[in-house]
Amino acid sequence: MGFEGIGASVRRKEDRRFLRGQGNYTDDINRPGQTYAYIRRADRPHARILRIDTAAAAASAGVLAVFTGADIAADQLGGIPCGWQIHNKDGSPMAEPMHPVIATGKVRHVGDPVAVVVAESRQHAKDAAEKLVIDYEDLPAVATMRDAIAPGAPLVHDDAPGNQCYDWHIGDREATEAAFARAAHVVKLDLLNNRLIPNAMEPRAAIGEFDSNSGDYTLYTTSQNPHVIRLLMGAFVLHIPENKLRVVAPDVGGGFGSKIYHYAEEAIVTWAAGKLMRPVKWTAERSESFMSDAHGRDHDSTAEMALDADGKFLALRVRTLCNMGAYLSTFAPCVPTYLYATLLAGVYATPAIYAEVRAVFTNTVPVDAYRGAGRPEASYLLERLVDVIAADTGIDRIKLRRMNFIPADAFPYQTPVALQYDSGDYVATLEAALKQADFAGFPARRAAAKAAGKLRGIGISTYLEACGIAPSAVVGSLGARAGLYEVANIRVHPTGSVTVFTGTHSHGQGHETTLAQLVCSQLGVPMEQIEVVHGDTAKIPFGMGTYGSRSLAVGGSAMVKAMDKIIAKGRKIAAHLMEASVEDVTFEDGAFKVAGTDKSKTLTDVSLAAYVPHNYPIEELEPGLEETAFYDPKNFTYPGGCHICEVEIDPDTGVTRVVNFTAVDDVGRVINPMIVEGQVQGGVAQGIGQALLENAVYDASGQLLSGSMMDYTMPRADNLPNITVGTESTLCTHNPLGVKGCGEVGAIGSPPAVINAVVDALSEFGVRHLDMPASPQKIWSIIEAARGRMAAE
Amino acid sequence: MPQVSLTVNGKQHSVEVEGRTLLVELLREKLALTGTHVGCDTSQCGACVVHVNGMAVKSCTMLAMQAEGAKVTTIEGLAAADGTLHPMQEMFREHHALQCGFCTPGMVMTAIDLIQSHPQGITEEQIRDGLEGNLCRCTGYHNIVKAIAAAWPLMHGKTAQAAE
Ligand code: FES
Ligand code: FES
Repeated sequence: MGFEGIGASVRRKEDRRFLRGQGNYTDDINRPGQTYAYIRRADRPHARILRIDTAAAAASAGVLAVFTGADIAADQLGGIPCGWQIHNKDGSPMAEPMHPVIATGKVRHVGDPVAVVVAESRQHAKDAAEKLVIDYEDLPAVATMRDAIAPGAPLVHDDAPGNQCYDWHIGDREATEAAFARAAHVVKLDLLNNRLIPNAMEPRAAIGEFDSNSGDYTLYTTSQNPHVIRLLMGAFVLHIPENKLRVVAPDVGGGFGSKIYHYAEEAIVTWAAGKLMRPVKWTAERSESFMSDAHGRDHDSTAEMALDADGKFLALRVRTLCNMGAYLSTFAPCVPTYLYATLLAGVYATPAIYAEVRAVFTNTVPVDAYRGAGRPEASYLLERLVDVIAADTGIDRIKLRRMNFIPADAFPYQTPVALQYDSGDYVATLEAALKQADFAGFPARRAAAKAAGKLRGIGISTYLEACGIAPSAVVGSLGARAGLYEVANIRVHPTGSVTVFTGTHSHGQGHETTLAQLVCSQLGVPMEQIEVVHGDTAKIPFGMGTYGSRSLAVGGSAMVKAMDKIIAKGRKIAAHLMEASVEDVTFEDGAFKVAGTDKSKTLTDVSLAAYVPHNYPIEELEPGLEETAFYDPKNFTYPGGCHICEVEIDPDTGVTRVVNFTAVDDVGRVINPMIVEGQVQGGVAQGIGQALLENAVYDASGQLLSGSMMDYTMPRADNLPNITVGTESTLCTHNPLGVKGCGEVGAIGSPPAVINAVVDALSEFGVRHLDMPASPQKIWSIIEAARGRMAAE
Repeated sequence: MPQVSLTVNGKQHSVEVEGRTLLVELLREKLALTGTHVGCDTSQCGACVVHVNGMAVKSCTMLAMQAEGAKVTTIEGLAAADGTLHPMQEMFREHHALQCGFCTPGMVMTAIDLIQSHPQGITEEQIRDGLEGNLCRCTGYHNIVKAIAAAWPLMHGKTAQAAE
């Protein structure tokens, strides 16, 4: 056994089961007596439901029940709650319309659940659902944000006038206006952040179960945070007390944000299981995922930078229109506000910033956090704007960045948009990336490409993000309806093996390995004797789950605290066993030692004594060796770095190939470099996907055109390059591990690097900006139009 | 209901199915072999790939009845009886070619066929092209490509490195 603690690329413990087909995903679970739910969904964006005739479906073979919104209303279920309340500029709360579990009265987006059939088999349920007769009266729909805010636009919700959810702002308006008034240059850019569909490879699924003897409900669900689902669904929708509701999120096949939220299907199967006294299972077909999983991004922004004569940033002014979709998904309101506008300083020492964000309802699927959540939108806006400033003013893009960076000696650094950065060194990551990407050698590569008839471009982004959203008191004052701490329970067993119960949830991040490495380092226990348990509210004290790259920074910190308690108690037990005073007992390399002697007791000696307390300080100390800690962070963590993308465009087809991609990130202390690299590569792949391939498209009537994997371009192996990953870390100053988080940096830093490269490649055609995705058709049209202009001149 | 007889991971089965039952449904629901996954409904993702008579097949795109008399291998049938992993499984682990693990069974089955059908060696480009029918949302493919390349010499009994 080599070194397996913090810093080692330990191979993952979870892989053995996944590689042998022994994973336990929700759809793999089958409960005795299980029935199957199939959901009939709206096939139109906006319509009044006139009549639902369920008779034929109910009489269909194998059918146990057909439920509609009327049944939900009759049982007085609550609506799907929203977990964050934003206040308008004038202090009034946002519009928060009812989100019924099953549509009642109206359907508001393609995919809105209209009726549920429960039957003995999946096929029976599906066959019966086709026999439902639904009469609609079609209503005019608003498909885009611009449509939604047009005067006289049809209303998605009668209680949200003007289709507005909120009109919010942050920053110092006067200072910003004053800076613009005295600026030597002002550079303005309009840009869209394209709407994305997360598409974790495992479709969502849920199984509800009811035990009529105990009155206990169990929900198995594809969730990133089972306790949050228990809280939201139990307290607000189904009115089941928490001691009567267990939520299990077993192996989950990717989330990327889309599995944070409480979805209607979870409530439907749990409620139906109680009514039918049998387990009810629902598994999404991929086409359902497209129209029912929360989408991501979808911003329409105008950004303006005021500069002095030398190119120093004086002030940034941003106006953003963001899409909430038809209903408020769990964390939707906070994404374009506290996870976006607060990041608009980026890595730059811009003295004044003012941002206005207007959120609107449309007849589309709800939009919520997707990998990066707000921060990709902020970094894309800034890093595109900086490149456009460079182009407009003629200042070199790297020089412009360097002269505006927050210097490494300025930390802690208070931004004008609420956040205080604790640490960072933006020059270090920039320089490491320039070297790694052989930036200096680019002109030669460009010339070679040109000789081969190709257009080559290189793009840089120097981005910043905020992870581990916290502290609870602050987020509470900003509208969060939950705390954002994390819990760990560490159980040292009598024979010295360890079980970790963590409130975080792993759906690809490798927690079973990384978190075990923390124990291995701190308690000196070998990896094979450590087990990490997550994803079950019956086992874990309470947890806020995994999103926003928080698991290590928040969950890992809770573990450190719990292990500190274990060691403190262990020292007392060891002191008793060795007849020494506690002050003289130290703990290192898995053993308690008496300073200045060769006396020593292993952790196992101590744990055995703790559970078999024959020789034990029973008067002062309880038996057992198990500790729980809750950790509420003092601040966000601030990973950042530099991504460099090199592309080659075929001018005849408009096809862009990413030929090199380099990411150098400051993620704080690295626990498992192999896993960090994998996280960054995966994030970059999603970022390249956003920049070049992916786009959720609605037609003018509100139909989802990109509703399958044949229409929505998922990145494939042959669309992507090898991705070179480096880390250049400064330590987080306020958590015990010094970690910052690595789950989202890839998706945050990469899209602007790609588009900056594409624009660079197209520079000879006078392209200043193009919106994502930079599809072949878009690029080909630009080149053709430019060639036409040139020929005409 | 019609019957279909087939061999799965070396075991003979005779199962009643509907005419419309898909091979993947037979595997997951009738034989409880849940290692084979369903990730889409348009034959795009490859999470369902198994071997039918030695060839990689999307089991969501084949009727169970079409497997009459066939020899099917799923991800559960790859490791040796003593638990020793197939070299492809071992390389996926070694090179961190999986994160959430959902695409993994299909990836591994496709990758084995890919390596078997390239006895002369395989390039990175050929591997990337060969994965066209398999989606992974987690890894960005980088480590999957690495793992597959590393499995080539192991599977062909060569010590020489596969083409980079
Ligand atoms: S399930 Fe997606 S291709 Fe078979
Ligand atoms: S490992 Fe998650 S989809 Fe490939």
